[in-house]
Amino acid sequence: MTRIDDNPAGGRSAVTVRGLVKHYGETKALDGVDLDVREGTVMGVLGPNGAGKTTLVRILSTLITPDAGQATVAGYDVVHQPRQLRRVIGLTGQYASVDEKLPGWENLYLIGRLLDLSRKDARARADELLERFSLTEAARRPAGTYSGGMRRRLDLAASMIGRPAVLYLDEPTTGLDPRTRNEVWDEVKAMVGDGVTVLLTTQYMEEAEQLASELTVVDRGKVIANGGIEELKARVGGRTLRVRPVDPLELRPLAGMLDELGITGLAATTVDAETGTLLVPILSDEQLTAVVGAVTARGITLSSVTTELPSLDEVFLSLTGHRASAPQDTVPADDRQEVAV
Amino acid sequence: MSSATLSPAAAKADTPIPLRAHLRHTGALIRRNLLWIRQDPESMFDAILFPVIFTLLFVYVFGGSIGQSLGGGQERYVQYVIPGLMAMMGMNMAQGVGTGFNQDFNSGVMDRFRSLPIGRGSVLFAKIAVELMRMLFATAVLMVVAVAVGYDIKDWAGMLASVGLSAVFGSALMWVFLTLGVVMKNAQSVQAMGFLVLMPLQFGSSIFAPPASMPGWLQAFTDYNPLSTLADTARGLMEGGPIAHDLWVTVIWSVGLTVVMAPVAIHKFRTKS
Repeated sequence: MTRIDDNPAGGRSAVTVRGLVKHYGETKALDGVDLDVREGTVMGVLGPNGAGKTTLVRILSTLITPDAGQATVAGYDVVHQPRQLRRVIGLTGQYASVDEKLPGWENLYLIGRLLDLSRKDARARADELLERFSLTEAARRPAGTYSGGMRRRLDLAASMIGRPAVLYLDEPTTGLDPRTRNEVWDEVKAMVGDGVTVLLTTQYMEEAEQLASELTVVDRGKVIANGGIEELKARVGGRTLRVRPVDPLELRPLAGMLDELGITGLAATTVDAETGTLLVPILSDEQLTAVVGAVTARGITLSSVTTELPSLDEVFLSLTGHRASAPQDTVPADDRQEVAV
Repeated sequence: MSSATLSPAAAKADTPIPLRAHLRHTGALIRRNLLWIRQDPESMFDAILFPVIFTLLFVYVFGGSIGQSLGGGQERYVQYVIPGLMAMMGMNMAQGVGTGFNQDFNSGVMDRFRSLPIGRGSVLFAKIAVELMRMLFATAVLMVVAVAVGYDIKDWAGMLASVGLSAVFGSALMWVFLTLGVVMKNAQSVQAMGFLVLMPLQFGSSIFAPPASMPGWLQAFTDYNPLSTLADTARGLMEGGPIAHDLWVTVIWSVGLTVVMAPVAIHKFRTKS
């Protein structure tokens, strides 16, 4: 199958969302969302809990109907052609949606039969996918006895049975330890290599960066930024340099000085008074060196300097000027690397 | 080919699901529900214990005194209560269907099913089919215990007809419990609700004792209580006697409940968010 993303400007749209609205009473889960996912690409939808990510996925999987707006997947309308649409999608939920009482093999066989495969084909497909996701040995054990990572892999396998054109991954690694998370990422990358179009929701910038080529940032039911991941990273600050002066009174003068010098990334330098640190978006190692040099030249003593991928909070600080609305899990600690000063 | 080709839909209309596909989907889901039982044999305990306990309890605790009012003794009561308990079996199994279904919803598996191109009824039909199998199993257990405590099967055809009618009424009742299973938040509430509704129906009936000694208003209630009429129909079929009124009331209840509640259950299932 031809990869369409060789041509970043064009490419047919696999998922098209226009002005999508869904209200739950007073809460606007989605408040006019537009989104385009081109064939063969991975679109990351980044946002905090309650931003509307899951609501979006549930509408696009025909589990709930929107209050207003349109959405088509592979050309099928979510409201008017749900049955055809269901045939071309695969869904991996936030909470592994496998039947815990059934053995792994039976889970896959069941879904094969529900997707109208013949008995023989459903059997073959179950065997093939268990092999592919390294679950053959656990095939006869109830899924309830699987580890977290195995369950997610079974969930991924289940969503692949119908050879979907569009795959939804709704927070595929939330709650997994870093090693298992990497395992799931590898599987997803392999699937993307096969040409599946993926809509990925996540709370982690790092996950989006690992898997997605394009990113849509959502907050309180609205899209607040979208574009290529590099472009957004540049807007947010490819990395964040966290600088802690020994004297917290130096924070604000330091921020002013760095902005004046113009040696930082596109977004403004922000002061995090709570932790007594300065968040400096940087785009390159040269900028990192320049920032540290300027601080040294000013004669300011630093107690620590670390670089971080922008966390979701920082993405939000940069894009909206306010913190993500709901309390967040922080990015796992191993993403932070100490920089020798 | 590693993934389906994306092609714009030719027509705006949705494609219907052919009958054969419906049957295949329901069959696959029945297999799933049977595998559940194999995985969790304890779920069959109620189907075994319920008929045993109820038969022993009523025959040996109340059997003697109620039997006297029937103009006999405990043996007379055995012939009276067993057709009644048989009628109750459908109701008893129906109660469990909502609880299991509610657990499914809370596990996320339902989301997967609902995102597949299958008829919305399939999941519900499969559930009902398996519950009916459980009911037949429980009825078989009941008959074994019944014979052990001295029940005399006089009319085999009548007994089979009673089992059939009990299954028809039970499946009608299952639609009610499936609806509760979809609508209510957790399995406990489904169970509590079922208990509250069924208690008065069960005991305000002719299942355990003849209504002749009950007050007039209660007799008026038992005359149209479907559990009463189902029990009396079963008695008529197995022991001989008129069944016309009771059979009609039971059939009307069964058809009525199915016609009203099946679409409601399917609709609630389809639109649950």
